[in-house]
Amino acid sequence: MNIAVTGLNATDNPGPGIPVIRSLKDQKKFSGKITGLIYDSLEPGIYMDDLVDNYYLIPYPSSGLDNLLERISYIHKKEKLDLIIPTLDSELYGFVKLQPKLETLGIRTFLPTLEQLNIRGKDKLFDFCKANNINVPKNILIQSQNDLEKIEKQFKFPVVVKGIFYEAYIAQSFEEVLPYFNKLKTKWGYPIIIQEYIKGDEYNVVALGDGKGGTTGAVAMRKLYITDKGKGWAGITIKEKTLIDMAHQIIEKTKWCSGLELEFMKSKETGEFYLLEINPRLPAWVYLAPQAGQNLPAALVKLAYGKKVKPFTTYEIGKIFVRCSWDLITDIKKFETIATLGEW
Amino acid sequence: MTNYHLQENLAVSDSGFLFHASTGETFTVNETGKTIIKLLQQKKEKEEIFSEIEKEFDIEAGLLEKDYDDFINQLKNFSLIEGI
Repeated sequence: MNIAVTGLNATDNPGPGIPVIRSLKDQKKFSGKITGLIYDSLEPGIYMDDLVDNYYLIPYPSSGLDNLLERISYIHKKEKLDLIIPTLDSELYGFVKLQPKLETLGIRTFLPTLEQLNIRGKDKLFDFCKANNINVPKNILIQSQNDLEKIEKQFKFPVVVKGIFYEAYIAQSFEEVLPYFNKLKTKWGYPIIIQEYIKGDEYNVVALGDGKGGTTGAVAMRKLYITDKGKGWAGITIKEKTLIDMAHQIIEKTKWCSGLELEFMKSKETGEFYLLEINPRLPAWVYLAPQAGQNLPAALVKLAYGKKVKPFTTYEIGKIFVRCSWDLITDIKKFETIATLGEW
Repeated sequence: MTNYHLQENLAVSDSGFLFHASTGETFTVNETGKTIIKLLQQKKEKEEIFSEIEKEFDIEAGLLEKDYDDFINQLKNFSLIEGI
């Protein structure tokens, strides 16, 4: 079995590729190969020895799906890929669209549908939550400069100003909204999302949907340390039935097919959980799940092969992950080969 | 007199490390605090707790009352305890 994985950018804004690969390789019976699909010859995962068997540069999704398919076809001819696990938000739409063609080549995937991807989009999440009685911060979509006047009428400050794909800022006043609005508009385009600010603590759930409405597993975590980029740098598994129940509810309603991460805020004021985001892939902290008893990446592979997977029902509480910075020293040869030939 | 019960899912180790399994919060308490929490977990009432503390630690009754109330207030502030 040869499994290709993306997201080897184990940086201070880490992709989920490395933890997915570590989870797969932790299985006692795993004897397959791992192919790393990379966008840059300096993705740190490339230089982690004994983790990945070979690497191939692939084009950014923005360069067009034909280019991506052509490159994957080339890699497939050389490596005979059995399964691709894309792990980055920005590439998911592309891989979902390529899914039928990949299947024709004999490459499996286990991905949400375009409809499922759209339901949880930052501009659609509010409606989804309201329709399913899930607490969600109030939000409005700003489609033009003229819509900005709605903010002061409908919100108390602070508010959260969010881009349609990435980035979010807390604005303490209307004057503070404007630079964030302009920055996000330039970078990601419309709509800009203005969201009620919920003061509280962040909680997350990693889960796996079987595509038929069933939840194969779900693990809840509280972030213990958050970087200035808002990334969880340490976290602990917790026992919170409300979060796990919500994961089951969301997967059942969407018939989610793939891994996902739910981001919640527990209001200091009311003690209630509010759903902030549904990220449509396994998160960078997913390696905590197998260590707590639920190897969700390994289960995803089995589901992709059409195998039945007995759902996980428990996990170890109080398991902690802590990220660290660790300088890898490597010879120039590997960097040179990938930079010039695009493969290793 | 108000008695208290600890939140469910609160684990206390022998070293005085508290872990609230529902919230992921952690705390450390000293020997006296650990003893009080363990007695609260056993659903002991205030008089029984005082009696145990006086047996185990060298403390004046008046000071114990004040320190106990302070400690209980801290537990309440962290939502680790509820009055019953």
